[in-house]
Amino acid sequence: MLRLEKRPTPSRFWLYATPPVAVILTMIAGGILFAAMGKNPFEVIRTIFWDPVFGEFAFYLRGQLLVKAGPLILIAIGLALGFRAGIWNIGAEGQYIMGAIFGASVGLAVFPTESRWIFPLMVVAGAFGGWLWAMIPAILKTRFNTNEILVSLMLVYVAETILAKASTGFLKNPEGMGFPGSRNFSSYPAAQNAFLYEPLGLHWGGVAALVTGVLAYILLTRHQAGFQIRLAGQAPRAARFHGVSPTRLVVLCMGISGALAGLAGMFEVTGPAGQISIDFNTGYGFTAIIVAFLGRLNPLGIVLAGFLMALTYVGGEMASTNLGLPDAAIQVFQGMLLFFLLAVDVLTNYRFRLAVGAH
Amino acid sequence: MKRRNLLASAAMGLMLASGAFAQGMDKVKACFVYVGPIGDGGWTFQHHQGAMAVQEEFGDKVEIQYQESVPEGADAERVLTQMALGGCNIIFTTSFGYMDATNAVAAKFPDVKFEHATGFKRDSANVSTYNARFYEGRAVEGVIAGRMTKSNKIGYIGSFPIPEVVMGINSYYLAAKKVNPDVQLSVVWAFTWFDPAKEADAAKALIDQGVDVIASHTDSTAVLAEAAKTDGKVIGFGQASDMAEYKDGPRVTSIIDNWGPYYVKRVGALLDGSYAQQDAWEGIAGGEVLIGEITDKVPAEVKAEAEKLRDDIAAGTVHPFTGPIKKQDGSDWLAEGATAPDGDLLGMNFYVEGITGDIPQ
Repeated sequence: MLRLEKRPTPSRFWLYATPPVAVILTMIAGGILFAAMGKNPFEVIRTIFWDPVFGEFAFYLRGQLLVKAGPLILIAIGLALGFRAGIWNIGAEGQYIMGAIFGASVGLAVFPTESRWIFPLMVVAGAFGGWLWAMIPAILKTRFNTNEILVSLMLVYVAETILAKASTGFLKNPEGMGFPGSRNFSSYPAAQNAFLYEPLGLHWGGVAALVTGVLAYILLTRHQAGFQIRLAGQAPRAARFHGVSPTRLVVLCMGISGALAGLAGMFEVTGPAGQISIDFNTGYGFTAIIVAFLGRLNPLGIVLAGFLMALTYVGGEMASTNLGLPDAAIQVFQGMLLFFLLAVDVLTNYRFRLAVGAH
Repeated sequence: MKRRNLLASAAMGLMLASGAFAQGMDKVKACFVYVGPIGDGGWTFQHHQGAMAVQEEFGDKVEIQYQESVPEGADAERVLTQMALGGCNIIFTTSFGYMDATNAVAAKFPDVKFEHATGFKRDSANVSTYNARFYEGRAVEGVIAGRMTKSNKIGYIGSFPIPEVVMGINSYYLAAKKVNPDVQLSVVWAFTWFDPAKEADAAKALIDQGVDVIASHTDSTAVLAEAAKTDGKVIGFGQASDMAEYKDGPRVTSIIDNWGPYYVKRVGALLDGSYAQQDAWEGIAGGEVLIGEITDKVPAEVKAEAEKLRDDIAAGTVHPFTGPIKKQDGSDWLAEGATAPDGDLLGMNFYVEGITGDIPQ
């Protein structure tokens, strides 16, 4: 009989082997699913993982990978800092929305002024909006000991309502004939987050994501605050003896993750999305949670995981359109990735033992 | 700039390869972008029925491709670009929120036709828009609501305060008030197109106020499900699709979006070479708005009255917005005998006189 036994120390091998193994298991299980639906599993898997990077339309789709991965990476890095310290910000989606609204509001307030200072100001406003929204659960937690998971999650729905209000009210395009949605930033150069290099899909959001990845890595490995974050997550009691203030840590981690989510929203609304609209948010804040874990809560791992996730989106769309797969099948496929990741993850902390005669 | 050229030349190559020129085509690849799943039982389901009608009409001469649940914004732009690159000749984008994405991609692919539902932007020559005069159906519902209510309180669940919805509310109210001057209308805003839980909450709020006839501008069957819990005291209408499963319950009739005839016409025009840019807005007469079967819950004389209104609208002898009509603030809108110009309807941002409450701004 097989039995799970706790390892004395987490396995370093499985820590890094888990993501690739999970991806392979997902391909196998997904392949069986696609085959059961009457599709050629090899063709589907190739369409999802190969075609966006090397296929016929790769010249366009490669750029889309960074467009899609950028916000995921930016949000996931912020979340990972908190997760490592045992602080669970589940409401990045709301902070993403508020960042977009704050950033867009600054730009639209000065429309149609052309000045090189407008965009940087919007970046600051976007980060501030996300930070502010994350401070609500942070302060409620430190002052009244509320649960940050619940409060941050509930604030997503509040943010969505404010977004609806913004698109139908205070940010509505005055030339939009009464229809909801703000002005489109693509026709306002001073406030637009245009592509810096189109074939790679690089805009300021992508730059911010990659730079943040490196900075967060340095913070965690080389800086005192990073050490405190890691210590608080691994040994809360030891952290307290070490003089780590839990209050400061909550405010710091929630603040960073909120500001980064806000930045992601701001870059998205002024760039790829183009405008504030009722359905502006498409779940980046929630998907980033998967990305954070897929990347092992390690900033560099998250950069890779962000691209992998983007691949399943872009490739999944291709498979859906070209091979006639229902959208739900693609979602199941993406869900499998997290499922297998968590399942294989058990091997990091446990190992299988053949127990003879045990019961 | 570089990508634009790259895309344009790629598109050109595809067009040359398929030999597609203005003289009509041997085969058309028609593609559809949906905002929800095809099984939503409402809006997207009906668009997909339209796509199926195209397949049935032209058989081997068309190839249908579609993508479900495409988020509005950046994702829509990518899906549209993929479709255009993939050789689609005509792309139907079936939600208002695809407006900017449709126009942006259309500018890069001048040889692909784009058809955007419910929008108003036609920035390049290859973009057409289409919509249906759903307010005509709302008038028919209004007659039934005015006649059937016992509490004289009728309700309307709005999705978003946009002209499309506001004109539906006004049309519903005017028709109800015409047959029942005591009628009062309550409007609840759900701020969603599809969210069964929120729609059910909105219905509950109306029922608690004593409303006994509910019309809704949201897509799910949740409103009818909520009405069904009242032992027949509250009635409602199918929205977007027939919702026939509630025929024995609260559903007394329905407004059915029927996109098939339009899709068949446009794809047909592309095949025979008569395709031209346009802004289509058909209603009951064109067959795009259908009134579902009126059930026996409605007395025969009310049913006859509703059906007469439907036929008169189709014949063009009655317009749901015929003066004298004043705005909510008491100012004049339409003079005696005047009918509403389309421009007024498409930008409608006011209630007519008699409706209480404000449109959220």
